[in-house]
Amino acid sequence: MSFRALYGWLSPWIYIPGMMVAPVFQILLFAYIGRAAHLESDRFYVIGNAIQYASIPCLFAMANTIAGERQQQTLGAILASPAPRLPLFLGRSLPVIANGVVVAAFALAVGSLILDVHIPVSAIAPLALVIVVASAACTGLGLVNAAIGLRVRETAVLSNIIFGFLLVFCGVNVPLDALPAGMSTIAQGLPLTHGIEAARKLADGHSLSSVGRLVLAEALVGALWAWAGYLLLRFFEVQSFRHATLERS
Amino acid sequence: MRVARLLAIGWALNVKMLSQSAFDGLLGVLWPLFFATIAFLMFRIGHDPHTLLYASLGASVMGIWSSTSVQASSALQRQRWHGTLEILVAAPVHFSLVLLPITIAMSTVGIYSMVATLLWGRVLFGISIHFVHPWLFALAVPVTIVSIGMLGFLLSVTVVRYRTAWALGNMFEYPVWLVCGFLVPLSLFPGWVRPISWLLAPTWGMRAIRAAASGGAPLGSVAVCAALGLAYATIGILLIETVLRSARANATFSLT
Repeated sequence: MSFRALYGWLSPWIYIPGMMVAPVFQILLFAYIGRAAHLESDRFYVIGNAIQYASIPCLFAMANTIAGERQQQTLGAILASPAPRLPLFLGRSLPVIANGVVVAAFALAVGSLILDVHIPVSAIAPLALVIVVASAACTGLGLVNAAIGLRVRETAVLSNIIFGFLLVFCGVNVPLDALPAGMSTIAQGLPLTHGIEAARKLADGHSLSSVGRLVLAEALVGALWAWAGYLLLRFFEVQSFRHATLERS
Repeated sequence: MRVARLLAIGWALNVKMLSQSAFDGLLGVLWPLFFATIAFLMFRIGHDPHTLLYASLGASVMGIWSSTSVQASSALQRQRWHGTLEILVAAPVHFSLVLLPITIAMSTVGIYSMVATLLWGRVLFGISIHFVHPWLFALAVPVTIVSIGMLGFLLSVTVVRYRTAWALGNMFEYPVWLVCGFLVPLSLFPGWVRPISWLLAPTWGMRAIRAAASGGAPLGSVAVCAALGLAYATIGILLIETVLRSARANATFSLT
């Protein structure tokens, strides 16, 4: 109940158009641009965009853990409580990760069906693992987004901008080796980059062990972002108390 | 004259308000730039300067639809949140004259994104656009903007009973980008997609803008775009009566 109350956008009237229909059209958009540009196969775009779309719940929902509480005037009560912050915020991230997994898996399944993309049955379980790791990693970045939500008012704008950066930088639609050198270097430190690469290799028939390093890199990047998010949360929390900006709406 | 003045003042005030908003102003410019960047990077790999030019013009119009679709779908809901819907409905003019400038203002702020995208393509990707018919280009752009604004007007009236209409508006962003041929030639789509695209004014606006820039004959497309815009406005005006009657009967004007 508290999860539903916190994430009001889980209403089917928002969830279906926003989390189920939109990612499928994002896949179609880039798959057709790819066809027009004679670039990559449909599978490249289906996998890249399906996993990247997990960032919508991961970024927006994590930002809402702060912005939503602030809007409902409950943020002060939560932060005044003696509850340890690590389980408080990481606990809230678990349903977000689960939601990211559902969104990415649904988009991958429907996108594959529409564009007739074949994914080997043997790759499904490892792909599911990669999607979980990628969603968790992206939620780490979402925690940074949530922390900044203690400082800025327009969390929706910020979440959209981060989503756009991930779309451009993470090799979602343009192969990493075709990106300018600086961009592909930055991509190494972003969540989703390694997850998407691992997922593409799995769909190409590679084994889970052969992409193990990519999955570990994805998990490590996510953990670093989550840690940075936690530190930033504590910093902005102290700043908010000092400058009396906690209840600023 | 009174109607024209009302529309002009309503439009100017709403453009000013939208320009101040981080969501409509800043994000309205940045959001299409992300997609334009990807499109430029993708088409650049093909080494065909014509496709880059095609993408640049298409991406520049994407922002006009983006700034309209999400905002217009929740235009009435937003007035509810602000507590101004009852006042606007009670104004001594037809409600459509109040709503139309709002949605046309939404598409107008898309011009920021259009200019930014063309500059982005020029500065970062070296895409220079030589307008073969600059005057026809100058005609095609406002006609496209107004027609998209009228499509937004129809959208705002159609989805008014849907409380989370902004989510629907969000959902319509990609499909219109896709089927109106902004970045993908319509010939690549299955045959059944084309009749849908013909019913959408952005398709014709896009054609007109491309034809004006590249030396084609844009006037036919401009005319179809304008006619479709007028058709949307007419349907919207007819629908709005039903919506207002229903809201009065059910006392749902201030429903949030």
